[in-house]
Amino acid sequence: MALLEVRNLTKSFGGLVAVNDVSFHVDEGEILSMIGPNGAGKTTIFNLITGVLPPDKGEIRFNGRNLVGLRPHQITELGIARTFQTIRLFPNLTVLENVMAGLHCRTKAGLWSSLFQTRVQQEEEKFIREKALEYVRFMGLEGLEFELAKNLPYGLQKRLEIARALATNPRILMLDEPAAGLNEQETSELMETITKLRDQGITIFLIEHDMKVVMGISERIIVLDNGYKIAEGTPEEIQNNPRVIEAYLGKEE
Amino acid sequence: MKAVLNYLRNLDRRILYGALIAGALLIPVIIRNDYWISALVLFGIWAILGLSLNIIVGYAGLFQLGHAAFWAVGAYTTAILNIYLKVPILVCMPISALVAAFFAILISRPILHLRGDYLCIVTIGFGEIVRLFLYNDPFKITGGVNGLRGIARPSIFGLEINTPTAYYYYVLFFVLITILAMQRLENSRLGRAWNYIREDELAAEAMGIDTVKAKLLAFALGAAWAGVAGNIYASRYTVIAPETFSFWNSVVMFCIVVLGGTGSIPGVFVGTAGMILLPELLRTILSSILEWRLLIFGIAMVAMMIFRPEGLWPHRRYRLELRREETSS
Repeated sequence: MALLEVRNLTKSFGGLVAVNDVSFHVDEGEILSMIGPNGAGKTTIFNLITGVLPPDKGEIRFNGRNLVGLRPHQITELGIARTFQTIRLFPNLTVLENVMAGLHCRTKAGLWSSLFQTRVQQEEEKFIREKALEYVRFMGLEGLEFELAKNLPYGLQKRLEIARALATNPRILMLDEPAAGLNEQETSELMETITKLRDQGITIFLIEHDMKVVMGISERIIVLDNGYKIAEGTPEEIQNNPRVIEAYLGKEE
Repeated sequence: MKAVLNYLRNLDRRILYGALIAGALLIPVIIRNDYWISALVLFGIWAILGLSLNIIVGYAGLFQLGHAAFWAVGAYTTAILNIYLKVPILVCMPISALVAAFFAILISRPILHLRGDYLCIVTIGFGEIVRLFLYNDPFKITGGVNGLRGIARPSIFGLEINTPTAYYYYVLFFVLITILAMQRLENSRLGRAWNYIREDELAAEAMGIDTVKAKLLAFALGAAWAGVAGNIYASRYTVIAPETFSFWNSVVMFCIVVLGGTGSIPGVFVGTAGMILLPELLRTILSSILEWRLLIFGIAMVAMMIFRPEGLWPHRRYRLELRREETSS
């Protein structure tokens, strides 16, 4: 059964139709990539799924449940985590605090238990800290726990974003161009991490321009152009699809 | 200056706090001057106001330039309950807090999606509405221009608090409680949620934080605490009038938070000293300086923004944590 199902999704901004009647699904446990030229509507689809933007038309179902109309934090709580195309960390907070953000929706201490520092609240604080440290280590950021996020080099900031998303304990991790700006070694480390996460049972849905990454790890690929879905299939099928080649390279005269 | 600050920070916190509290307890014994003790009482009330606004401006990063309105709501709630219904001052205190929080939720809910300067303008408007409401007194209960007089003193176990020194300890007690509460909030799930919103609201929401709820809570809690300050203020002076809760005083509160270092508890005290105690000090030295007050504040603010935009005593939780971690492992 599809874990995430998108049907006839449409979104326009003024006169521009950014996403036009797009349907696809994400199977549990797979690595699915979404590719397409700039402006094809990929990030808009991410924003529609995560509730940042409301769709004009269409349906988004996660685990059988309709996501349309839910607020972003509710969607995250259901098990969909994301990273952003342009890094959106909490710049003036530490690495550890950034990751702790992800645990917010999995914990529940409120005003009174914090003011009176009840035992339950103290234990929860310890849990948040320890869990966050786990994700910090998993993404290879140990030793940097108390650095401010803004002081990290770009590659580590990208990793921190993934660590923060993982801390929400997602069933689907949506990565928006995770390899953008990474060097070759960082890219291959990223591919390893993504595969490892999938092996741990997290479904991966990514937008990526780096074809080495896309062709190297994806099981299926969706291709978007001008808001339309123009192809879907395995890496081999996509590489040989004439419509995809046309979208990327233009038509032969 | 920097070396002194670093030295203070590096002292074991408990020794530092113990010394500060002991010092604060001994002040009335040393000073023995009602004028200065009264000035310190006012300082304490303003420090509580600064700390309450710090929740909204410092932790959650929401611009609020009408905070005096909630101070007014707290003070008038206490005054009305006490004068007309003879409710004891200390019973009025939690009621003042709740009423102020209620108004905060009522007015902030529809404007929560506004950001930065837009939010700022709406809060200024609300502050003015409250002041004009008190001034015009449509329901004939707020006393109009003259305000309300004859508010009772608080009494604890039959002991009435009525001398400046007694008030000093009374206010000190609430200041200490406020500091403790703020410290606990800073290091809690809720306090972090506010910081995430301040840093990047969209990312906070995407990480699963109910930003609407967290922001409402910041407004409500900040207002409740200002309501408590209003209760203390009303019983300290026994007279309240609308002009006390003017836009200018909302600006002073905002300056207290920004001047000291947004989000920093010691910063609020530095800011309060600069905005409340320093003018008082200058007045005794040179009374004509009061005419120059606004000009001096203006110049000081501009200079601050140029030379020390992070405030006089900025928030340093991160480094402290780092150091504690190093010494313990």
